[in-house]
Parts: sequence; C-alpha cells; structure tokens
Amino acid sequence: MSERVVITGMGIVCPIGHDVETMWQNLLAGRSGMGPTTLFDASTFPATFGAEVKNYDVAKVVKHPERHRFANRGSQFVLGAAAEACRQAGIDMETDPPADGIDRRRMGIYLGAGEGSVDNDAFFAAIVGGWDRESNTMDWARWAEVANARMHPYRELEQEPNLPAGHVAILTGARGENRNCLTACAASTQAVGEAAMLVRRGRADVMIAGGAHSMIHPLGVTGFCRLTALSTRNDSPTTASRPFSASRDGFILGEGAAIVILESLASAQRRGVPILAEIVGFGSSNDAFRVTDMHEEARGAVQAIQGALRDAGLQPDQIDYISAHGTSTVENDSVETLAIKRAFGEHAYRVPISSPKSVFGHLIGATGCAELITCVLAIRDGVLPPTMNLHDPDPALDLDYVPNAPRQADVRVVLSESFGFGGQNNVLILRRWESN
Amino acid sequence: MTARRVVLTGLGAVTPLGLSVAETWQGLTEGRCGIARIQAFDPAGLSCQLAGEVGPYKLREVLPRSYRKAVKLMSRDIELAILAADEALRDAGIGTQTTAPDAVTLQPERTAIQLGAGLISCDLVELAPCVAMSVTDGVFDLKKWGRVGMENLTPVWLLKYLPNMLACHVGIIHDIRGPSNSITCGEVSGHLAVVEAADVIARGDADVALAGGCEAKVNPIVMIRQCLLGRATAAANDDPDGACRPFAADATGSVFGEAAALLVLEEASTARQRGATVYAEIAGTGSSTNLNTTYEHLEPDGKGVEIAIEKALSEAGIAPDALDLVIPQGTGIPQDDAAEAGAIARVLGDAVESVPVWPIKGMTSHTGAAAGALDILSAALALRHGLIGPARNCTNKAPGCRLNLRTELQKRYIRYALCCGYTFGGQTAAIVLKNAQGEGA
Repeated sequence: MSERVVITGMGIVCPIGHDVETMWQNLLAGRSGMGPTTLFDASTFPATFGAEVKNYDVAKVVKHPERHRFANRGSQFVLGAAAEACRQAGIDMETDPPADGIDRRRMGIYLGAGEGSVDNDAFFAAIVGGWDRESNTMDWARWAEVANARMHPYRELEQEPNLPAGHVAILTGARGENRNCLTACAASTQAVGEAAMLVRRGRADVMIAGGAHSMIHPLGVTGFCRLTALSTRNDSPTTASRPFSASRDGFILGEGAAIVILESLASAQRRGVPILAEIVGFGSSNDAFRVTDMHEEARGAVQAIQGALRDAGLQPDQIDYISAHGTSTVENDSVETLAIKRAFGEHAYRVPISSPKSVFGHLIGATGCAELITCVLAIRDGVLPPTMNLHDPDPALDLDYVPNAPRQADVRVVLSESFGFGGQNNVLILRRWESN
Repeated sequence: MTARRVVLTGLGAVTPLGLSVAETWQGLTEGRCGIARIQAFDPAGLSCQLAGEVGPYKLREVLPRSYRKAVKLMSRDIELAILAADEALRDAGIGTQTTAPDAVTLQPERTAIQLGAGLISCDLVELAPCVAMSVTDGVFDLKKWGRVGMENLTPVWLLKYLPNMLACHVGIIHDIRGPSNSITCGEVSGHLAVVEAADVIARGDADVALAGGCEAKVNPIVMIRQCLLGRATAAANDDPDGACRPFAADATGSVFGEAAALLVLEEASTARQRGATVYAEIAGTGSSTNLNTTYEHLEPDGKGVEIAIEKALSEAGIAPDALDLVIPQGTGIPQDDAAEAGAIARVLGDAVESVPVWPIKGMTSHTGAAAGALDILSAALALRHGLIGPARNCTNKAPGCRLNLRTELQKRYIRYALCCGYTFGGQTAAIVLKNAQGEGA
C-alpha cells in the first residue's frame, strides 16, 4: 500500500508570531525575534538573550483550558499550533462526535517534542537543602524533605516529553498512532517524516505532526552555554544569528511549536479540503561518528539528503530551494555547505539556500517543522525567505544563501534539512501540489 | 509487491534479574524477584524505598579501546543501553567493528537503530557542588550560578542527558548509520521503538534494526516523582518480594526500576539467508492513545489499550483465541490494572478464560522506557522455549479481573503472543509475535 501524502493544515507559535501568516510576514520582512532573556534572570550568563515567545495565552486558543492546567511551555505552544492547523484542515475540535468525517482511530499524532523545564525553585531548593558542604555529600533525607514539600506532582509529570502529544490528543480526540521522538535539533523533521511514512503505508489517514520545545530555562541555557554553542553577541541580539557569515559565533536559543496536518490524498479529496503541498521524500541517517561533532566529510548528512532524493525519485537538479539547518554555528554551517556540495554537485552553486533561524532563532525540537512550514509558504507565494545578517560572507562558504532580502522565485520542489546533536540527520522533500 | 516480513534474531538485556538475557530468563521462569531496598542513594525520605536495580557491571569490557574516553559523556541510561546492545548483536551473530573487528558483517547504512528512552534526570551529586557555590542567604542565587556555578560544570554536561544519546553512542560503537530514532513516550517507549523499527524494515529503509528500550530510573528525582504521583507503593517497604502485585486484590502501587532490553529485528529473507536463529516473527503492531485528562492514569475503560490490541490482531490477521500468551503492562497500580484488564478482556472475549496472561513486573519492577522491550524479549523467549513463567504476586486476583493469571510455570506451545502497554501522557501500543517454529518443534 502506498498513499500520496499531502499537507492540509499548518500552525505555529514562535518568537515572530503566534500564527502562520504573522510569522511569514515577519520572516519575509526580516523582523528578528531575538531580545534580552526575560523568562529568568540570565544577566550573568554567557548568553543573556534569546528568542522568546511573548504575550502568548493558551487559554485564548483552546476551548477547555482546565484540561491543560499544568501544561509546560512546549505543551502550551503546541496546543496553539495544533488548534490553528486543525482549523485550517477542517478538523473538528468542538463537537462530540466530531463532524469532520475523519475516523478518530485513523487520526494520529507524531511529535518531536522536548522535555519541559524542571520546576526551578523546587529543584534548586532541594539540592541546597540536602547538600552538606562540609562533607561534600548529599543528605538524601534532607533533600527529600524539601522535595516532598515543594515539588508538585503534576509540574513534575508535565516535564515528560510525551506530554505535549498527550495534550494534543485531548484537544483533538485523536485515537490513532501516537508517538513522540526526541532526536535533538532534528526531532520535528523526523516526526513529520515518520508520520508521513505512517500515512503512506496506510496506518493512518491523518497525522497531526510537528514539534514543540522550550529550553529557555536556567539548566537549558546552562547546557548550551557550557557547550559554547550559543552566540554571545549580547550587545546586539537582533544581528547575532548570522548563518553562513564569517563572523557567526553560535545559535540563538528560541522556543515554540509547529504543526502540520498530514493526510492521505484520498482522505483530503474525500473531505474536499485544500491541499497545501505534497510530501514526497524523507531521508534519515545517523552519523555514527562522535556525539560532540558532525562528521568532517558530512557523511551522515549526505546520506540523509540522498536518501530523501531516492525516496522522492528525484535528481539533485530538480530541487528548487533548500531550507537549511543553518544554525549560525561555525561547525554546522561549514559542514552543511559541504554536505550540499557533495550531494548536489554543480547544482549546489545554482540552488538558493536560506536559513529562517536568522530571524526566529533555533527552536530546537520544534525547529524542523517550523522551517518546513516556511517551505510550504515559499512554494505558495513564490518567494524565498532570506538569510538575514549575512553581511560578511565566509569565503569558504560560497553558495547562494539568499542574503538579507527575500527573493521572488518560482519554487516547485523544496528540500528541508535538520541535523541534531549526536549525528542525527533528517531531510524532507516537499512538492507543489499537482494532481498528476 | 511482496510485503517484507520482520523477525527477531537477537536479544540483549541488563535487568534487575541479571546482566544477561540468560540470567533474566532464568529469573523470570523461576519467579524470582529483583526488587529490593534502593542502593543507589539513601531512600529514607521517600514514601517508596524500593526499586529494581541492575547489579554491578563492567562497561569497559564492551567498549572498544578507542572509545573508553567517551565514558565521561555517558549517563547510566547510556551505559545500560551499550551493555544490552553488545549482547543483542552478538546473540544475532552480526559482527560489528567492535564485536568482531576482523569479521564485520553489519551493513552500516542498511542497519537502523530505534531506542526508547526516558526523561533522563541529571546526576544531582554532580550538579550539587556547583549549586552550593551559588547560594546567597541560604537560597539558590541564579546570578551567582551564571557567574561561578555553571563554570564548574563539565562542558559536555548537557550531552549526557539528551535522550537520543543512547542511540548515538550505540551507533558509534557498532557503526550503525541507517535511520535512527529515539522514542520518548514514557513507559510505552520500548514497545513503540520496536513498532517503529519493524516499520522501517517493512518499508525497505533498512534490513536490520537494533531496537528496544532503556532507562535508568533509580535516580532520586525520578523516584520521588512516582512517589508524589502516588504511583509507587508506600505500603511495602518491608516486603520487597511482595511489593509489586499486578492485578491483585491487595495491590498498593508499583515499584520502579531500571533496565535495558534490546532486540535485533531483521527482514525475514535476510535472516534466513544467513542462517540466523529466529526467535519469533513480528506479525502485527498497533498503537493508539488513551484520552484522560488525569494524565498519569489510564482512562477507566482502557479504551486506548483496547484499540491498540485490536489493530495489532487485525494486522496479524488472527482471532483473539489464536493467542497463547499475553504480557500486559500490569503495573500493580490498582486503577490502571483494572482498566487494562478490562480492555484485554473485552478484546479476548470468551478466550479470556483460557489465554494465559503473564505480568512480569512483580519480578522485574516497572522499568519505564525499557519495560515494553523487556516484555517483548520475554515473550520471544517464551515462544522459543514453550514456557510461561509464574505470574508472581498474582495469587489473589482483584475483584472483577477476568484474566487467566497462573502462579506456576507452564509448559505449552505458543502460537502467538501479545504484548501491550500504555503510559502516563496517553500513548498505547500492542505487538503480536508469531512462533517461528512449527507446532511441536
């Protein structure tokens, strides 16, 4: 069994917009989502800024906020993104039984959602309460005394990475396949890819797929700062994310959620909903090299790109635009450029490439699906989002990165790349919807 | 187009019952209990002071010399996964750059890895000295943390706790470069990782997959969460052997523990061509969701589990009475056990009186992300040996529970076995295994 897989809905909550059209207008205008960190006092951290979702209220986007009372930030964002995507796809979230003609057992969820923040006050207070500075040992009974008093059972539970998918299930009544994967920065690309495979193979008619993540919390920022992965251009947050430039110095930690509704062509046509694009290729690989570095010759990235092309039955020169992982770290942008050269040959110098992370930051687990949404819009509107802040190109990175301004282009087939810590590579190929 | 069939050809396990599949299986068939008072830390302040812990192991023996430095990048979850992976690949007779440097048979790009992983909690003892430097007037001070505390943390700190690092390290050690995924669906992660690996092979993206689950849950934070949620028993600290009582009238909650259980899945003709030992065939899989806004519990009617089982049976093309074994989630949490037992009974129909149901958590404890894979591994061994171990601590069945729980060892030919599971947060899964040997073999 092999079904064609189409996209019939999209939704996003990210630093440059709480809906798809706002995000897109801001992205094309290059209006940066970066600013000083406000979610906690990061003033003494190496990186004092990020790309936060601001002024977002989940109670305004779901009908029954009490069902999501303890939802972490990622879950709150994904509820908004899922609600928007479901509305566009005509998925009924209101009536019971639903009136949209979709069998709930054939409607599933696949997210690449991250873990929620620890409950900071309780977490640190328990450590402080239990640690004996004389003996440098933990008195676990004292630790437990504080933890028992201050940790809230549901705030603990909601840190689990499968909870966002649980919330989406409650929102939509989906009873089909339900999965969450966490492959670092490639998670939601992988989730969409695996969800597409479930639809293609007839395991579901509809999949609500995407990702959600917020690591803008003390331990999250600590982890990335210690890895020296974040830009420390603290005096200029809005120009800090500068993928492919010579002066790039790290990524900007963002947060958000992004959802696409994947549907079998037969289901979409039966329901008569507009088709936004078709997913034609998925490639996934593992570097098997080092957990700390990408493979120097981009082995795994090339394998994933070639796998996606093979899956789509396309030649490299049929790709009209590449949405890059483009994190603005020294390593990623170099290795990714090499991967594109190796996988595309001469076409690498002709195909436009850009990185929306230059505007909305790195949404970690959610980033791949957010970027996929920009690919659908690029096809729809015939315009490529820019790589902003690219004023001093790295001489070694000599491809066309669509610098600093959007570009009109007739785009039919798009390839979107995500590469995660540990060597996780996932690539999707989208095609403009054409019935034959 | 002929469908690609998927079989199990290798097993690896480190569990509270032992450091190998053989020791674990012996424990399971003897009805031995791997639960005891927590050793990893002093549990005095926890309402449940019990766990299933893995005994002392030697990681170096399974690491290539060139990779020994990488232990500083490894949390315990990663270590357990590496141990089980080594055994599973050896058991499958697949030579890797580490297990058989001179006779590598593993095909890197045609081998996938799908591991179920938990929410890995950091090592509080590692973090605490840095936190202690960041205190003002007895209270944690974030400004000090940013200035001095965090600087004392190892630069690679974050990498130890990313759930995908289990698969990444195992992939590096054995040169596995195909599709790689880390399923993080709480206590059904192990089931779903195997489900996905079977799909990856069936759709042709790999010929072999290393799949399963792994979680080192015996961490103070992880354990206290289960206590705070009221899922861990608070009534059995003086009776570890009898603490976890799936489906029993006198059950008082679950006991949590750690394990890794990994399986080698393989496309059937590839396995046959190389003469691999086949434990069982994966005949059908299914997954669904339970819809309960009390996110830590299964919905009272167990509907999400029921749908998953129906899907798996349907894909296997069998009626419920073709099952000769069910390994359920069976946690010892009374309301969840009641919901699951109801779901299983409804699917089985009249067959509920006869199909043996074998919950194993009374022996292994609830090993979270590993649990489903450990169930599947146990079912595969049951099929292979024609043995079903005793349902430990299930003597006094809960009122209304219609499951056929037997507390003695049973010898019988098993045609098909079903493993089902669910998790806090909602995901459910079911897998049907088919006997790969003929009747009477």
